[in-house]
Amino acid sequence: MFQAFSFRKIGIFLFWTALWQILAELIHNSIVLVGPCDVLLALGSLLPTPGFWLSVGSSFGKISLGFLAAFLCGVTAGSLAYRFPLFREFLEPMVLLMKSVPVAAFVILALIWIGSGNLSVLISFLVVFPILYVNTLTGLKSTDRKLLEMAQVFSVPLAERIRCIYLPALLPHLIGGCRIALGMSWKSGIAAEVIGVPSHTIGEKLYMSKIYLSTADLFAWTIVIIAVSALFEKLFLMLLERGVRLCFRFSL
Amino acid sequence: MLPFQLIIRSLSKAYGEMSVWQDLNLTLDSGCVYCLMGASGIGKTTLFRILLGLEQPDHGSFSLEPSPGYGLTAVFQENRLCESFTPIDNVRLAAGKILSRRQIAEELCRLLPSESLTRPVSTLSGGMKRRVAIVRSLLAPSCGILMDEPFTGLDDATRQQVIDYVKEKTAGRLLIVATHQEEDVDSLGGVLLRPFDGSSPSGNSGRPSLSAPSGSSGRPSF
Repeated sequence: MFQAFSFRKIGIFLFWTALWQILAELIHNSIVLVGPCDVLLALGSLLPTPGFWLSVGSSFGKISLGFLAAFLCGVTAGSLAYRFPLFREFLEPMVLLMKSVPVAAFVILALIWIGSGNLSVLISFLVVFPILYVNTLTGLKSTDRKLLEMAQVFSVPLAERIRCIYLPALLPHLIGGCRIALGMSWKSGIAAEVIGVPSHTIGEKLYMSKIYLSTADLFAWTIVIIAVSALFEKLFLMLLERGVRLCFRFSL
Repeated sequence: MLPFQLIIRSLSKAYGEMSVWQDLNLTLDSGCVYCLMGASGIGKTTLFRILLGLEQPDHGSFSLEPSPGYGLTAVFQENRLCESFTPIDNVRLAAGKILSRRQIAEELCRLLPSESLTRPVSTLSGGMKRRVAIVRSLLAPSCGILMDEPFTGLDDATRQQVIDYVKEKTAGRLLIVATHQEEDVDSLGGVLLRPFDGSSPSGNSGRPSLSAPSGSSGRPSF
């Protein structure tokens, strides 16, 4: 059953790749569309160069740094906003601003303020923070009131209330929020790099492939972005779930 | 623990226009079992909520005299367990550090199969969850326990086993059980209380009434 399923999946994948190749052959213009073989060749020639790893490492480091900072700040601010309604009202205009201002506008502003060097750190922070803030707040609000009453009756200490009542309510929202935020941080971080063109980054390489009209490089870099982003998502969610499971098991 | 009394003085509660009960007076002794009876919606749960400090009465007051130093715990109408945690974790949450994990496991084993103690509560049957909630209320430090229909979902054999356990664990403490079954009064060796008859809000305060006040379905549940 499982084998039949994965065979079907591979078949479907091969079908679309073949269609892509045929389309590329028909168009026969390496600027408009390159076939999968050319993309693989371009990727193969990129992989051994040190510049490739430098760019991937630098973009990955900056975007993850922005993401992790936003994760910590978003969860902390969301928890504080749940506990102190005044703080929530106070923060509301800021969160609304972060959510509604287009990323491109932020990028231009950030270029003026801090230059292109740490641009993607700031942009990925600005995109991720409101998502995690809102999800933390929603998750905490979904806490079962009846369980909180139970905790009140049995005088359960706060640390245990957090572990056994708040955390299980928060977790599904937090994981959902992270899934969205992880993808968003990568897309917006790379977009910022394309606009700001900081040296030795993935965004710069994408910009170069635009300058040289090198569609094969563009496709190759796109595959790299997808792969690194998927890897980061898997890794982060795994660490998050591990951490939480440890928390569940650890009893005071 | 020294003997004490739970004294309820002219307690009244209403939700908006609708009165739940008025001018309730009761004096209950520690070491006794009281079975609180009355039709659904007559306000048993509301009385428990007030005694637990989850709601404020409109008038009147209640007190524990002389103060026994501990509060009241409860078996709620629902189980109110942390579903992703084991029965041991759930009891430990309420009992604190007074009992070790092993002691808690030993107590739970008296009512539950030992294999069920290390599974998340979400995998247990309804009757098993009920027993965990009962054990939790009994092992938490308290001077008295309020049980809201505690024996629902238990078969006859288990029911007797649970009742024996409850009687053993509540010795010297105050136990109030809200129930619909007359036979619980006998098996618990309890005193039957029907405090709401006569003060029912439907106006017929002269004669005992078992009918639920009209429109009672909208009331928050315990």
